[in-house]
Amino acid sequence: MPLFDQSSIHWDALARILAGLLLCPLLFGVINRVKATFAGRRGQPLLQTYFDLARLLGKGAVYSRTTTWVFPLGPLLGLSCALAALCLAPLGGQPGLVAFEGDLFLFAGLLGLGRFATAVAALDTGSSFEGMGASREMQFSVPAELAQVLGLVALAQATGTYSLAEILARLDLARWEAFSPVLALTTTALFLVLLAETCRIPVDDPNTHLELTMIHEVMVLDHSGPDFAFILYGQGIKMWTLGAVLTGLMVPVRSGDALLDAALGALGVFGLAVIIGVVESSMARLRLLFVPRLLVGATALSGLALILLLR
Amino acid sequence: MLSVVELILVCLVLTNLVFLGTSRIGLCIRMVSFQGVVLAVLPLLGHGEFALSSLVVSGATALLKGWAFPWLLFRSLESAHVRAEVEPYVGYSNSLLFGVAALAVSVWLGGRMPLPGPGVPQLLTPVAFFTILVGLFGIVTRRKAVSQVVGYLVLENGIFAFGAVALRKAQFLVEMGILLDVFVAVFVMGIAIFRINREFDHIDSGRMASLKE
Repeated sequence: MPLFDQSSIHWDALARILAGLLLCPLLFGVINRVKATFAGRRGQPLLQTYFDLARLLGKGAVYSRTTTWVFPLGPLLGLSCALAALCLAPLGGQPGLVAFEGDLFLFAGLLGLGRFATAVAALDTGSSFEGMGASREMQFSVPAELAQVLGLVALAQATGTYSLAEILARLDLARWEAFSPVLALTTTALFLVLLAETCRIPVDDPNTHLELTMIHEVMVLDHSGPDFAFILYGQGIKMWTLGAVLTGLMVPVRSGDALLDAALGALGVFGLAVIIGVVESSMARLRLLFVPRLLVGATALSGLALILLLR
Repeated sequence: MLSVVELILVCLVLTNLVFLGTSRIGLCIRMVSFQGVVLAVLPLLGHGEFALSSLVVSGATALLKGWAFPWLLFRSLESAHVRAEVEPYVGYSNSLLFGVAALAVSVWLGGRMPLPGPGVPQLLTPVAFFTILVGLFGIVTRRKAVSQVVGYLVLENGIFAFGAVALRKAQFLVEMGILLDVFVAVFVMGIAIFRINREFDHIDSGRMASLKE
């Protein structure tokens, strides 16, 4: 029995999407502030990412003569994929703008398409350095995507529906009690995927500028001005989207009041940012060889969750 | 009671995955001793009332697998100056993938077998089978003799898990006999590792083939 009207547009989700659009750069500020507190520094202002975005948007872009139309398309496609994924993502048990049966595959596909666009733009520069970054990103995305899809399918099996909004709406404390091992396994796997997708320690270090260790930062080196602003903003939206889905899973409190639930969901996303900050401060980046092992481990956790349900 | 057994079985699967995915032999030993201690709870759960025999089996299991085996293995690890498995025959990511595949196969197989008795969780046969497969896999694919002993212990844990849940009325003497066997095996293997290491300065079973030259 669906809780929402299926295959329809939820206009009331526009406010939640707007909140995501406005608040997502703040996530980086929160993470950096947590890291600074751990290191005993004062840290950059909470709103630094907004200033960075404004500065980048005011600049012009420089294009190398080697590049073709693929290069400027990369950031645009990446940002639009992130925006489309944001429209699908529920917040605090409330549906996204569009919800239909099977939209979780579209969700995973959109994130994959965004990554493909970034990697193709990196290859288009003709730089061997960026090619290396694209190769690494693609190598790590294979187990990460597998873990994500298996985890989402496990959730779908546990709740009996293939729509993201419906899954998260049906998850409540009773279901957590009934399926606690499965949900705990899936949550862990999806958290590892989130760290990989948003290029965070232990998979990738967003602050590093050593060529041996960079993954995501390598691919976007040649982008400048508004293009780089799009990439930065797309990263923020991606983190907000994945965080909204994950907190919907981790904090299954549904009060019934739409506004309160959405506010709780947003608060949960910022709580997740604090957790990411703590993880980043308390552990080092993994050696490049170990990253696939971590992600295959995440796949194993999702696979185990699915097998527990299917038996 | 059933949910506690299921929790223990999930613990078993997760520790197996850690065993497959780590290169640190010390961590492998800790995982297998953790498995042993968790499995030691199983004989207590079956009977309803605390029979003295099951209490003795459980205590002996916990003592042997949780304390004696790790102590023996860590000692031979120290004497051999080995800390990490270097280049097993199958890499760690592939081992983990094997783990997922083995789990799927075990679940398929477990679904086709009749349940060994009433009140036995459905998960038992697949998990026990999976643990046995992982143990065999560890014995076959790891190079260091200590890791192979750990694989043997994982294999034994799988058999123990099945026996402790499915055959509730297992005879006290049989259980104790098996424990003694395992103890002697690990003891002998520990001595063997020590001797091998003293003769050849390594415990790499892959290099044993060149002995005949």
